[in-house]
Amino acid sequence: MGNGLMGGLNQRAMDAGVPLAAHVDLTWRCNERCIHCYLDHDDPDELTFEETRSLLDQMADAGVFFVTFSGGEIFLRKDLRDIVAHARLRGFDIKLKTNAVMIGEKEVAWISELGVHQVQVSIYSDSPETHDAITKVRGSLERSIRAIRFLRGRGVKVVIACVLMKLNSGDFAGVQRLAADLDAQFTLDPTITPHVNGDRSLLRLNIPQDELASLFHNPLLNGGKDTTCLPPPPVDDDILDGTPCSAGHTALYISPHGELWPCVQFPIVCGSIRESRFIDIWNQSPQLREVRAIRARDLTTCSSCGHVGSCSRCPGLAWMEGSMYGPSSADCEKSFARTGIPSANLLRRSTPLLVQIR
Amino acid sequence: MTDIYPRKAANLASRLLNGEAIVMNPVDSTLFNLNETATAIWLAADGRTSLREIVERDVCPQFTIDHKEAMRDAEEFVRALAEHSIFFLETEPLVDSETKRHG
Repeated sequence: MGNGLMGGLNQRAMDAGVPLAAHVDLTWRCNERCIHCYLDHDDPDELTFEETRSLLDQMADAGVFFVTFSGGEIFLRKDLRDIVAHARLRGFDIKLKTNAVMIGEKEVAWISELGVHQVQVSIYSDSPETHDAITKVRGSLERSIRAIRFLRGRGVKVVIACVLMKLNSGDFAGVQRLAADLDAQFTLDPTITPHVNGDRSLLRLNIPQDELASLFHNPLLNGGKDTTCLPPPPVDDDILDGTPCSAGHTALYISPHGELWPCVQFPIVCGSIRESRFIDIWNQSPQLREVRAIRARDLTTCSSCGHVGSCSRCPGLAWMEGSMYGPSSADCEKSFARTGIPSANLLRRSTPLLVQIR
Repeated sequence: MTDIYPRKAANLASRLLNGEAIVMNPVDSTLFNLNETATAIWLAADGRTSLREIVERDVCPQFTIDHKEAMRDAEEFVRALAEHSIFFLETEPLVDSETKRHG
């Protein structure tokens, strides 16, 4: 949840049942073919501009404040500028996620003029060979960097996001230096997500456990190492009465064809804005009600795990693993990598089943 | 005392949450959560209405507060947010064409 002003806002929004933040995928089409991508790119049924405008109006009326437009590659939508302009007219705080290869000076001009808060650009390596091998588009790193220079030249805030996988596991320091050279922020994500169709084969791209542990203990990446890598706090009733994350509570996801999910990593369909009003789905969806009712003490394995108070457990990844009440093994591995203490789920998986032979 | 006409800066993001305004300045990522009194001023700050009128019309009756004290607090508030480029403080009321230009 976080502390400070944002934590307070989140808590007030949760108490009032207000959706504070929305991740809106405007398209799943893409001009890159990243090897770890979890989306289907052939999606002929995107919301039209009129439908998107109506969605934004409904979200503004419902109280949504933070909107992230993502994809797919959002600059493939020819009406992107009009969508962002309408969103700004309705007072949203806007972030864009993009590979940036289609951003030129014309696009930078309107991004700056419309007051977009931040542009997040995916960069996988400072080496063109590695980056382009992941995106499968020759020249993509060079074009993304050129766009970042344009954006920074107009004062637009840029975050370089580096998803880490086996192919680029040694390159994060180079990307971090590149971000510093470009006067951009840097963020690293070592999580590969299963495909939205349920296929888990992408997880083979995950970096091995020992590399994950060294990441968490790298002082260049983890400034808070001294606390995040400590053993978890004792479990008490406050922890067990806590909610797992903001997905479905104050945050939501909208797919390009108007489905509402709790989060982009939690692809459980709660309704479609083509069939129902946004606020009705938010208030009445049985799926959202179930998600909101879950407390840490309801989790089948995690409620008895010592990490439950500090784990980054993703309920969406848990759902894709089999149950929204179950563990998310990727987060178990992160907890283990941080602290060296195995989670209840990891211990359970490593214990041989006792088979009674009659 | 000279009247001032507070005007919200263009390109801010804002939303009401339970009657209180949340304001984000995307230029420097500063986030403000205004209380109800400050929100009343925020909502009325169109560059055409003086702060004195806003206080008399929207603050004093609603929050049963002494006018002199309310004016002092209101001026302190708008000047503090002007330092963060959330408000611009005009010395003359904007005319309609200027309001449109400033957004």
